[in-house]
Amino acid sequence: MWRTLLLLVIMPVAFAETDNLMPQRKQVLQELLKNDCGACHGLTLKGGLGPPLLPEALAGKSDTMLVDKILHGRTGTAMPAWEKIINVQEAHWLVQYLKKSR
Amino acid sequence: MIRSVVFLFFLLFFQPVLCLAELRGTGDLGVIIERASHSALIINTSDRSILSRIEGLGDVSHASVVFSRDQRYAYIFGRDGGLSIIDLLSGKIVKRILQAGNSIGGAISQDGKLIAVSNYTPGGVKIFSGDTLELLADIPAFYNDKQRSKVIGLVDAPGQRFICSLFDAGEMWLIDVKNPKQPKIKKFQNIGKQPYDALLTPDGRYYLAGLFGEPGLALLDLWNTEAGVKRILGDYGKHETKLPVYKMPHLEGWTIAGNRMFVPAVGQHEVLVVNTVNWQLIKRIAVAGQPVFVMARPDGRQIWVNFALPDNHQLQIIDVKNMELIKTLTPGKAVLHMEFTPRGENVWVSVRDENKIVIYDTNSFAIEKNLTANKPSGIFFTSRANQLGL
Ligand code: HEC
Repeated sequence: MWRTLLLLVIMPVAFAETDNLMPQRKQVLQELLKNDCGACHGLTLKGGLGPPLLPEALAGKSDTMLVDKILHGRTGTAMPAWEKIINVQEAHWLVQYLKKSR
Repeated sequence: MIRSVVFLFFLLFFQPVLCLAELRGTGDLGVIIERASHSALIINTSDRSILSRIEGLGDVSHASVVFSRDQRYAYIFGRDGGLSIIDLLSGKIVKRILQAGNSIGGAISQDGKLIAVSNYTPGGVKIFSGDTLELLADIPAFYNDKQRSKVIGLVDAPGQRFICSLFDAGEMWLIDVKNPKQPKIKKFQNIGKQPYDALLTPDGRYYLAGLFGEPGLALLDLWNTEAGVKRILGDYGKHETKLPVYKMPHLEGWTIAGNRMFVPAVGQHEVLVVNTVNWQLIKRIAVAGQPVFVMARPDGRQIWVNFALPDNHQLQIIDVKNMELIKTLTPGKAVLHMEFTPRGENVWVSVRDENKIVIYDTNSFAIEKNLTANKPSGIFFTSRANQLGL
C-alpha cells in the first residue's frame, strides 16, 4: 500500500526526467505550441501578447517555475492554466523543448 | 505576306498584354491568409473559386487585412511587422516593408490615403502613405515616463482619425491625422485594466474596448468625447469563477444587430446581449465554449460564433429575433475565422487543421462547397473597403 502511494508521488518526477512521451503526443504538443500557445507568444515564439519563449529568454529560469506557470497560469495576466489539457510530464517536456535551441 | 507577318508579330507581342487586361471587377474578391506557409489566396466569392496564391508574405500567423477604397489593393499586416500591398487583379505583391518587430493589426483612413499600423514591439502606432508606404508619423505609446505599451484595437474613425487602445497602460488614444505628419493625440487615461481588443460600431459613433484585467468594457462616444470613457457591464461575472481563456476573443467581430450588441464574454462560456441605447445587459446566452468571434450576418438576423480550444471544432448560430441558439455545426478541427458574403447568403469558414474552407448557405446551413487551403486563418472580402472600422 505504502509502496504504491510512494510510487504515485515519485512517478511524475521520474517520468519528467525520462522523457517517454509517445512520438504522436510530442507531435501534438509541438502543433499546440505553434498554433495555440503561438496565438499569444507568436507562431515563432518571438512574443506577442505574452513574452518570448525562445531559448535565450528562458535560459536561467527554473524548470519548476516554468512548468508551474504552464500548468497553473498566472493570475492577473492573460496566461491561462493549461492543466486540463497538458499534464505534468508533458509540461516538463515542453519546457525542455522550449529551452533547447532548434 | 508582309502584312500577315506584321500581324503575327502584333499578336505575339500584344497577346499577353491583352490577357492581363481582361476586364474584371474586384467587388467580389477576397483574401484568405495561409498562416503556416507565409502565403495568401485571392478568391472570388461569386464563382467560389481560388484565383491565385501569393507567397513571401512573412509571418502571417495573426495577419489582418484592409482594402483600398477602389477595392483593388489589399494591405496585409503581418505578425512580424511586415506590411504588404497586394494587387488583387495581377495577383502580385506591389510593395512590402518591415515596419516593426512585432505587430498586431492596422487600419485605413477615412479618405483611403493613409495606413496606420499598431505594434506590440516597439509599442506604438505608425502612419504610412497608402500609395508608397512612406513613413509619415511614428507615435510611440509611452506611459509612466519611459515604458512603451502594446497597442491593440486600432480602427479608423470619422473625421480622418484613428483610435487605438494601450494594453499595458489602460488608455485610449484618439489620433487626428488631418495633417498626417503632425498627428494630434487626445488621450483618455484609466479606462480599465488590459484592454485586449476593440471595435468601432458600424455607424462610426462608439468605440468599445474589451477589458481582460477586470470585468466589463470601456466605451467612448465619439459624438461626445468631452464626457470621457465610460465603463459598461462592470458588474458582469464579478462573483463568478473565471474559466481559463485559451484564446483571446476578437472584437473586430463584435456585432451590432439593430439596437442590440452581441459580445463574447471573457472567461465565461457565454455571449452577452447588450442594449445599445442604455448599455445595459439584456441577456446571457450559454454557448459551447469560450467565444472568439461573434459575428452578425449582414442583415443582422443571425449571429455566428466560433470558439477557443478545446471547443474549436464547432460553430453555433444564434437567432437574433428570439435571442436563442438555433444550430450547432461541426465544420472540423480548429475553426479559426468566418466571413459573410456582402449580402450574407453565404459564410466562408476557415478550418485550419483540416486545410479547408467550408462555404455554408446561411439559410439552410447546408455546405455548398469546400475549397482546399493550406492552414487557413483569416478570411477578408473586399466589401470591407467601404465599412467604417474595418
Ligand atoms: C491567452 C494568451 C496566452 C496563451 C494562449 C499562452 N500564454 Fe503563456 N503567457 C502569456 C502571458 C501574458 C504570460 C506572461 C505572464 C507573466 O507576466 O508572468 C505568459 C507566460 C508564459 C511562460 C512564462 C515565461 C517566463 O519567462 O516566465 C511560459 C513558459 C508560457 N507562458 C508558456 C505557454 C505555453 C506552453 C502555452 C501553450 C500551451 C502558452 N503559454 C499559451 C499568455 C499566454
